Amino acid sequence: MNANIQLSQLSANLAAQDDDDIDRLAAHAREIRRLSVAAIYHATSGHPGGSLSCADILSVLYGQELALDASNVASPDRNRFVLSKGHAAPALYATWASFGLMDRKTALSLRKLGSIAQGHPHVLDTPLAETSTGSLGQGFSTAIGMALGLRHQRKAARVYTLLGDGEMQEGEVWEGAMCGAHHKLSNLCAIIDYNKLQSDDRNEAIMGLEPLAQKWRAFGWHTLEILGHEIPAITAAFDEARAINWRPTVIIAHTIKGRGVPYMEDQPLWHGSVKLTREQTETALLSLGTSAIEMKELLDVR
Amino acid sequence: MSASPQLIGSSGDSLREAFGKALSACANDYPNVVVLDADIAGGTGVHHFRKSHPDRFFQFGIAEQNMMAAAGGMAATGLIPVVTTFAVFCLRAIEQARLSIAYAKRNVKIVASHPGLDVGPDGGSAQALEDLAAFRAIPGMTVISPADAEEMAQATRAVLDFDGPVYMRTGRSGSKRLFGPDHKFEIGKGQVLCNGNDVTLVACGVEVARALEAADLLAKDGIAARVINMPTIKPIDTALLAIASKETGCMVTAEDHNIYGGLGGAVAEALAQTTPCPIEFVGVRDVFGQSGEPDELAEHYKLTAPYIAEAARRAIARKKKNK
Repeated sequence: MNANIQLSQLSANLAAQDDDDIDRLAAHAREIRRLSVAAIYHATSGHPGGSLSCADILSVLYGQELALDASNVASPDRNRFVLSKGHAAPALYATWASFGLMDRKTALSLRKLGSIAQGHPHVLDTPLAETSTGSLGQGFSTAIGMALGLRHQRKAARVYTLLGDGEMQEGEVWEGAMCGAHHKLSNLCAIIDYNKLQSDDRNEAIMGLEPLAQKWRAFGWHTLEILGHEIPAITAAFDEARAINWRPTVIIAHTIKGRGVPYMEDQPLWHGSVKLTREQTETALLSLGTSAIEMKELLDVR
Repeated sequence: MSASPQLIGSSGDSLREAFGKALSACANDYPNVVVLDADIAGGTGVHHFRKSHPDRFFQFGIAEQNMMAAAGGMAATGLIPVVTTFAVFCLRAIEQARLSIAYAKRNVKIVASHPGLDVGPDGGSAQALEDLAAFRAIPGMTVISPADAEEMAQATRAVLDFDGPVYMRTGRSGSKRLFGPDHKFEIGKGQVLCNGNDVTLVACGVEVARALEAADLLAKDGIAARVINMPTIKPIDTALLAIASKETGCMVTAEDHNIYGGLGGAVAEALAQTTPCPIEFVGVRDVFGQSGEPDELAEHYKLTAPYIAEAARRAIARKKKNK
């Protein structure tokens, strides 16, 4: 982690958050990571690095910020979340499973023929995905459309979308950045999972993104930088975003790719669609604090 | 002398103007309809809607990819977005139309002005000759190309009533009036405009008027041509084509589009599976266009009535040879 990161004011004066709440969300994040790794193992392909890096953000979103449950997931007034970095689908399904919005067996059927847990989220199979993603940039634009549409219909619902850092290289993202600011979409909050790595190498080697925060500020967004594995920091950033009523917010979440699995951490090799061996999977699951009973359940699922 | 320039193409009977007026006129019946524009409302006809329903008009700037995907998002909230831009820029955003609209099965209407050689002097870069083929290849996408202002107005209402993604061509230049208010446009249906049993001429868009002219030319030589207006390219009216193939034994397709993948391709695919017959294709022969007035270009690229008639004679000769 880059020690020179300019963190937002937030990290200094974090909103007081109940320790139990932090523990609860941290436990969900660990479960999201375990389920993601197991699903990718069973699928024999999938993107572990970028799934592990966004687990804490997803935990805070579904465990707290979105206020979604079985009773309101279909309500027109619900808050919406779009996974613009659709290749982190394993983490999305794992999150739903962890919060009781999808059964675990389905989350573990990732990428299998006939499964609703498609390789990239597909709204016709899983309405909770809100839209279909997998082509970078499009989920972001779709979220912009949702925010415009909701505001047009005078709904108070908010729209959240998670983008990858490599995704910043898509021109469409900057079309959307202009659009969101121009239309003053304060009901929109984008989060960037800034893990510094993409498919083939570090962002800066492939196509430099820096100065990223300055770019978003220049485009007119309320721009925050946080440590994306610190649950109180994520919570505080969402609190601040909700208080901004005249422009959209982007939260640049500094994360570590492969977070929680030491042999994957900060290694570009583990971005891509990879096949995990049983041994690699067991090692990863042990690192993630998996109990013997859960290990068996995760690995021998049928 | 007026200080403001005359806006080229704001002429009365172009299909884009017909679309823009129809959309504005029926908008009160469709409160969920919103219009998305990429800074060319004056060119696409939706300047009428902008004036009549400013609160439902959304400006996206010159950024078609974001606009196309955002339309999918707006549809997800229950609105019926009408995305408007030039046909070439629909091609620019086709992957957004594929993933965020068609794959997600969104009720979005993509309405493309400036298709084909009909664009005229802007030249080859602006003349989309591939759009029908490209959008036709997207699963679940309905593809429509009306022939005149009346049909355009009816099609505008029809696509708003229809639940599902639609790609619809309008047109830049002044169009000939072919139909009266008694005309009935229905998605997926073609109409026989004139009867004959020697050959069938199937056309869409600006080529329908030219096909009717071609039928007159053929009649002078004692050839009775059946002319079919085929405004829906997908799903194509296979039943009507099969009857025509059986009864006339040969066919010509005519479109302001590449001969590959558009109306001609759709007709050939439909007939190959039902009632094959010799088919000749009138269209742009796999080249790009260039600057010129639409009529000059139609002549240069052999899309006018005499070329359709000539193709009909070739088709008839092939039919006779096969017997």
